[in-house]
Amino acid sequence: MRFLFKTSYNQDIRLFKDRITMGWYLALGVVLLVLPLLLGEYYLSQASFVLIYAIVGLGLMLLSGFTGQISLGHAAFLAVGAYTEAVLSARGVPFVVSLPMAMAVSAAAGFVVGLPALRLKGIYLAIATLAFGFIVEVTLQQWESVTGGSMGLLLEPVTLLGVTLDSESGFYYLALGLTGLTLLILKNLLRSPTGRAFVAIRDSEISARSMGIGLARYKTLAFVISAAITGLAGALYAHKLQFISPEQFGVFVSIELLMIIVIGGMGSLHGAFLGALFMTMLPEFIAILREYLPSSLAYQPGLQPTIFGAILILFVLLEPAGLYGRWVKIRTWFQLFPLYRKGLMKREKSYVKSDRLS
Amino acid sequence: MLNEFLQLILSGIAIGCVYGLVALGFVLIYKATEVVNFAQGELMMFGAFIALTMGGLQFMPFWLSVVLAVLAMALIGGAVERAVIRPVLGQPIFSIVMITIGLGFFARGLASLIPGWGTLTHRLPTPYADQTVAFGELVLSAGHLMIILVTIVLCILLFAFFRYTRMGVAMQAISQNQLAAHYMGIPVARVNTLIWCISAAVAAIAGILLAPITFVHANMGLIGLKAFPAAVIGGFGSIPGAIVGGLIIGIVEALSGRYLPDGIKDVSAYVVLLAVLIIRPNGLFGEKLTKKV
Repeated sequence: MRFLFKTSYNQDIRLFKDRITMGWYLALGVVLLVLPLLLGEYYLSQASFVLIYAIVGLGLMLLSGFTGQISLGHAAFLAVGAYTEAVLSARGVPFVVSLPMAMAVSAAAGFVVGLPALRLKGIYLAIATLAFGFIVEVTLQQWESVTGGSMGLLLEPVTLLGVTLDSESGFYYLALGLTGLTLLILKNLLRSPTGRAFVAIRDSEISARSMGIGLARYKTLAFVISAAITGLAGALYAHKLQFISPEQFGVFVSIELLMIIVIGGMGSLHGAFLGALFMTMLPEFIAILREYLPSSLAYQPGLQPTIFGAILILFVLLEPAGLYGRWVKIRTWFQLFPLYRKGLMKREKSYVKSDRLS
Repeated sequence: MLNEFLQLILSGIAIGCVYGLVALGFVLIYKATEVVNFAQGELMMFGAFIALTMGGLQFMPFWLSVVLAVLAMALIGGAVERAVIRPVLGQPIFSIVMITIGLGFFARGLASLIPGWGTLTHRLPTPYADQTVAFGELVLSAGHLMIILVTIVLCILLFAFFRYTRMGVAMQAISQNQLAAHYMGIPVARVNTLIWCISAAVAAIAGILLAPITFVHANMGLIGLKAFPAAVIGGFGSIPGAIVGGLIIGIVEALSGRYLPDGIKDVSAYVVLLAVLIIRPNGLFGEKLTKKV
């Protein structure tokens, strides 16, 4: 076990804990950079999807994992980003302009949803965001002159500064760059006073308010930033699939996005990546599983939701801290070997956690 | 013109009663345990499917199969509470929301995997199918009438249960303050299980009532997503509120389907929901939720 002696306050908010950690992340970065040389077309394309989901996961993690606001309508922000990008790029707007525009429109939508969020708590907010998700989905279906209705819209590959990124590796590098940028911005945001305010609101709204944090301002800000990041992912998603239709942004997609952060581990940026990786790999595993099931069961469309639901239930029941929490436990076990005790990571259980007046 | 309007209102009331019944299930569970059950619609779907399977056995009368289906759902509801919900009580609301969403996914997938249920649409044979009742110039199908009657009876029964029985009063106590109820010797955990039983039974009744109108299929539980606005408009903690919310949603949907452009009908419930939330964040009959220190 390594011991860290903190000798200054700045040490507390460093990007990397120490040089060894930095070395590991550098190594990971190098692996990600040479990945196109190692993987075939198909797996590289899956890797791009992981990156896109990771960006959504980061956006949702900021809102749910760090600010404590539930959103059951995040696919709507993804849709707003994707459709804005599709409509703008069809009108010939260059990618460097249309991408920020997609983020801005999505952020505006986030601002609108954030407004009632100021007055709503917990479950009311969850249902309000659910309602927003439905309204956006139906709007996309009905507003045919712009969105093409249920026929959907087609997109061209990204053209960045005159270079058309129509190869898998080109798009992968674009997604990797944007993911890295998002991660850096979020990491910096979270160690700034704004990020601390978010976490304070998550842990206790009353304490946050007593410390002089304006709830209205920070909650709206969390919604706006989260929506902008999700809009960015939406724009990438649209270009990746090159075809978008309202069904891709329904309520169940919102729930799958939530699964990314719950399975990855709430309240950690690592969790967004682990969850994105898991959620991209899960359909592949189910496809492998199908070969071992009797054919009457294997090709039922209900198989996937059943497995998704079961995994979600098992994670919340058995590993509420998600994959990242599991990783931390395994790491601690090795660091403390042979002194690890079972109750070391046990969460305190509170039975009287009520939102009611008493 | 006026007749058509009244006709729409009547069918809106009938559908609204179903929304109200599903919303009632949410509210019962929420009041007692502060758990919002996103799988309520799926409980309803299971109830309808069990009634269908029982009815398919041919040897028992329709009413017996309905009673058995409702009892079976009550058992399933209690079992779900014991297995999945009780371990996460006291955890952040997010975990509970996610676990009930997971339950919904699981139940919907499972229903389509069970042989004989599957992804097809089934018709639940009822003795009152295809009959109509006329009130002057208004015509109401027996299915709609049945929904309204059963809802009224059920509301009276529930009201009496909460008002006059020991267990009902114990449930009220728990919904006001769990800890104090515990100190008074009320077996909180057991009562919570019982509430899940009642809620699942109400859901099963709603499912069987709805079956002649929308048919029975694995996705019929999605109506639960319409019952949310109903519960929230009513204030999520109020039993009459749930029914009133359901009626509002049902009538608004019926009218907007007729008088407003295509597609508005599907979102009208949510538009009403957002409007109510912006004006009264705790619903029409809701309790105030701001915590004091």
